[in-house]
Amino acid sequence: MSISVSMNVNGKAVTQACPANTTLVDLLREKLQLTGTHVGCDTSQCGACTVHMNGRAIKACTILAAQCEGAEITTIEGLGDADNLHPMQEAFRECHGLQCGFCTPGMIMSAVDLVNREASLDETIIREGLEGNICRCTGYHNIVRAVETAARKMRN
Amino acid sequence: MYDFNYHKPSSIDEAIQLFTDLEDAVYLAGGHTLLPSLKLRLAAPTDVIDLAGIPGLNGIDYSGDDLKVGALTPHDDVSTSPVVQSVIPALASLAGGIGDAQVRNRGTIGGSVANSDPAADYPAAVLGLGAQLVTNQRTLNADEFFTGMFETALEEGELLKEIRFPKPEAAAYVKYPNPASRYATVGVFMTKTSEGVRVAITGAAPSVFRATDMEAALNADFSEAALDGISLDADMMNEDLHASAEYRAHLCVVMAKRAISQI
Ligand SMILES: Cc1cc2nc3c(=O)[nH]c(=O)nc-3n(C[C@H](O)[C@H](O)[C@H](O)COP(=O)(O)OP(=O)(O)OC[C@H]3O[C@@H](n4cnc5c(N)ncnc54)[C@H](O)[C@@H]3O)c2cc1C
Ligand code: FES
Ligand code: FES
Repeated sequence: MSISVSMNVNGKAVTQACPANTTLVDLLREKLQLTGTHVGCDTSQCGACTVHMNGRAIKACTILAAQCEGAEITTIEGLGDADNLHPMQEAFRECHGLQCGFCTPGMIMSAVDLVNREASLDETIIREGLEGNICRCTGYHNIVRAVETAARKMRN
Repeated sequence: MYDFNYHKPSSIDEAIQLFTDLEDAVYLAGGHTLLPSLKLRLAAPTDVIDLAGIPGLNGIDYSGDDLKVGALTPHDDVSTSPVVQSVIPALASLAGGIGDAQVRNRGTIGGSVANSDPAADYPAAVLGLGAQLVTNQRTLNADEFFTGMFETALEEGELLKEIRFPKPEAAAYVKYPNPASRYATVGVFMTKTSEGVRVAITGAAPSVFRATDMEAALNADFSEAALDGISLDADMMNEDLHASAEYRAHLCVVMAKRAISQI
């Protein structure tokens, strides 16, 4: 079945025809060419596909595009760009919070939601808050440092 | 995932009508169990009926005797709700321990309960607290709801609307989580009510169940020591690469004692 879905992606209104079984991540990557959102597992485990739906972190591989009708979607491309990095992106760079970078867009989207919703952060809260995101390279220490650093900047 | 027809009804009646008329339909709530199983082609429905457009199914209300949670309420809303945190803190903490932040933002209580996964957390709270389950056609007691592995008393097309939790005197939920998914290898929901103690165990057996031997022992003496002589039958336990049947039987008692220590 072909359907038409309308949503707001990174501040722009988008209307797109797609098969009913299209996931949000496929719509973003294949139809809208927003390839910053990655697919690591496609089984809801790794968090590489994390984006924001109405401000909250979700796994874009485990939601149909149809379920996002009318929603506001933000991807890593909507957070900042090379000349104007979001404080979280800046902190990942500063703290060496990435190596291969595959998990990074999802990590950053989860981390931004975490900082926005938690009144105060410590290492345990950050580690638990990022449980839905797997990194195969960094060993997580520098990711935690990056989130702590970004949180201070985001709150100022 | 095979293709299907997608529907988004705006009322319960419309959803039921669609389910009845369509060839092989399935309801969609948060999709965090359904979509992975469609991807694995464990299910191949002709039609998917998205419940998200039906008003009134999402929310938390404590204006009467019971704490009412709408079927479409996501886990995160339950875990962060000040109402749930003050009326039944064990329920809020159970919801906050499901999966990870992204799963809790999408997965719903109704989907979890209707699915009756042997390792799911919510069934332990529903059975442990003796909740009532309100559907489009009747109200079911928790004791008659969970009938087996991935099986419930819900009939074809019956839609779960709301879960009503009576306020307990005290309650605690303790689980030994699978380290990767956070599903319960064994989870024990312990409740003290004016009518006695209820102990519901998830993760251990094909379906959530009440540990009646433990309840009898705890009604006589509510202490960790009261469980010293109790062992559960390993023959009725699940076994997989994460835990043997004997280990699960052992964990039931250990988790129950930890729950008592929290009350
Ligand atoms: C990575 C990951 C980790 C997880 N970890 C845990 C965990 O630690 N503990 C845990 O308990 N769960 C866990 N889950 C499962 C999660 O909680 C699911 O969200 C939940 O089990 C199903 O809820 P849903 O809203 O996503 O339902 P869906 O997937 O939309 O639906 C599930 C089933 O219920 C039916 N259904 C849904 N709503 C209704 C209704 N109102 N009336 C009748 N039938 C209905 C659907 O037709 C379908 O058959 C995890 C899931 C993932 C992907
Ligand atoms: S690709 Fe979505 S969780 Fe891994
Ligand atoms: S930086 Fe390589 S997976 Fe995280």
